[in-house]
Amino acid sequence: MDRLIRGKALVAGAATGEALISDQPLSFWGGYDHRNGFIIDRRHPLNGESACGRILGIPYTRGSSTTTGVLVESVKAGTAPAAVVCNRTDAFLSLAAIVADEMYGVRIPIVLTTPEDFEALKSGQQVEIRPDGTILIKGET
Amino acid sequence: MKETRARLRLSDRDRDLLDGRCGPGARMAMTILVRMAEIQEAEEMMDITQAHVDSAIYIGEAGLEFAERLAGLGAKVSVPTTLNVSGLDEHHWRDWNVPADWAEKAHRQMIAYQTMGCQPTWTCAPYQTETAPRFGQQIAWGESNAIVFANSVIGARTERYPDFMDICAAITGRVPAVGLHLTKNRAGQVLMRLVDVPRRLQEDDSFYATLGHLMGQIAEDRIPVLEGLKVTPSEDRLKALGAAASSSGTVALFHIVGTTPEAPTLEAAFQGRGPQSTVDITLSRLRGAWQTLTTAREERLDMVVLGSPHFSFAEFARLAPLLEGRHRHPDVKFLVTSSRTMKGLAERGGLLEPLERFGGQVTVDTCILATPMLPPSVKILMTNSAKYAYYAPGMLGTRVIFGSLADCVQSAVTGRVIRDESLWTG
Repeated sequence: MDRLIRGKALVAGAATGEALISDQPLSFWGGYDHRNGFIIDRRHPLNGESACGRILGIPYTRGSSTTTGVLVESVKAGTAPAAVVCNRTDAFLSLAAIVADEMYGVRIPIVLTTPEDFEALKSGQQVEIRPDGTILIKGET
Repeated sequence: MKETRARLRLSDRDRDLLDGRCGPGARMAMTILVRMAEIQEAEEMMDITQAHVDSAIYIGEAGLEFAERLAGLGAKVSVPTTLNVSGLDEHHWRDWNVPADWAEKAHRQMIAYQTMGCQPTWTCAPYQTETAPRFGQQIAWGESNAIVFANSVIGARTERYPDFMDICAAITGRVPAVGLHLTKNRAGQVLMRLVDVPRRLQEDDSFYATLGHLMGQIAEDRIPVLEGLKVTPSEDRLKALGAAASSSGTVALFHIVGTTPEAPTLEAAFQGRGPQSTVDITLSRLRGAWQTLTTAREERLDMVVLGSPHFSFAEFARLAPLLEGRHRHPDVKFLVTSSRTMKGLAERGGLLEPLERFGGQVTVDTCILATPMLPPSVKILMTNSAKYAYYAPGMLGTRVIFGSLADCVQSAVTGRVIRDESLWTG
């Protein structure tokens, strides 16, 4: 059975991929290597994982103002997540997706969920993001 | 999730900007701002009268393309605008390990922002210069440590502006009227009470960076209120606290009861609403935070680096007497990162000579995290900056030791890590 979560598309777009999820916020500056898409914050639970092409779920971004810059660089370099799911309205993620759209016409969906719905997301799930903000978790009951 | 439709009202001026009547650069900037305002569910846009732009830091091709596109479209800032660190010490990068192609691109990005009318201040501590904003001033600042200082210590008002949005605000003079621009969103949320923290520790500079590191972990994205400080902290200690809290957490505003301007009393800090939660800060909790700032287990070190945020004149003045008559160990580099302004003041104040005699160096415009200056032989860094300690392991692949200013100097002299741990044992 698939499971549907009704999120809100902060920046609308479609994506599918394998989920990579943490309940810990992440700073992309110092936390995400835009040259290869790996998470490099030694203090973060996802340290050492590649988020490239995956549906990245973090509650929100923390720390540096340059988080947005790093995410846009990763779009340009082709190492960005396919989509990002968060549970707070995150200006840094949203702006990166807007700039990537304005500059390169690339749509990285940013989807907001409630904290409760966010907990349904687990690393390894196959996830589809739809332009209306719906998140489809495949094979879930 | 419930769908809420923002009703953003735009002024005539906003429409002029958005429709291109103020030029194509301003249109690009306003388009981005309006899309953000809709996401943030702003009801209107508002004026800002100053900006501090973090976007000039070179991290890759996209940021450079963005800058050159805006500059190429003729965009100019409409409010006084200072610049944060760049990706290059413009005049001294050849002294270090910076690749020439990096330097060329980082420099182009510096030029693009100056072309748009930004002032080449190149510092992450703009609040310590004469361009500092005043209490209540509505501003649009990038750089996490500068944001938290402006909001908390000065009482100016800025949201946490991401890269790209700061320059868009500077060009248009407009931002979405949300978040920390509005009084109601500046109330404290978490009460942090210092309990039985010895005064001797509160008088040490490493206490403030450590407290900030812990504050960020506890507060996450909420507004912390600190109560129970027995010492009135200096500007540089508040700077260290804020930089740490905005690295380990998302803190953009803190209040210290009796110290910061929006917290004359506990009630005022919470705007009469009271805390959502209360956390006791004990010595053992602080010791735990202090320990996590150090990742190296070795006794040797390759380099001491000071100055994140950028070293101030007062910090140069504190450092100089510690260096008198001493010299660094030949195996330990000693670097201070600062701004041109502060370095110039330190030079005029005779504070650079002791540093030079000690064998130390100063880098300006940038920092070790923002430019690839360090040679690969540097594997173990010691610093008094929680921000350097937080980011260096991931960004530079180095191990770090966190210590006080005096610990850092002592270790640089002996070539072995020396720290006064007695402060942390109570």
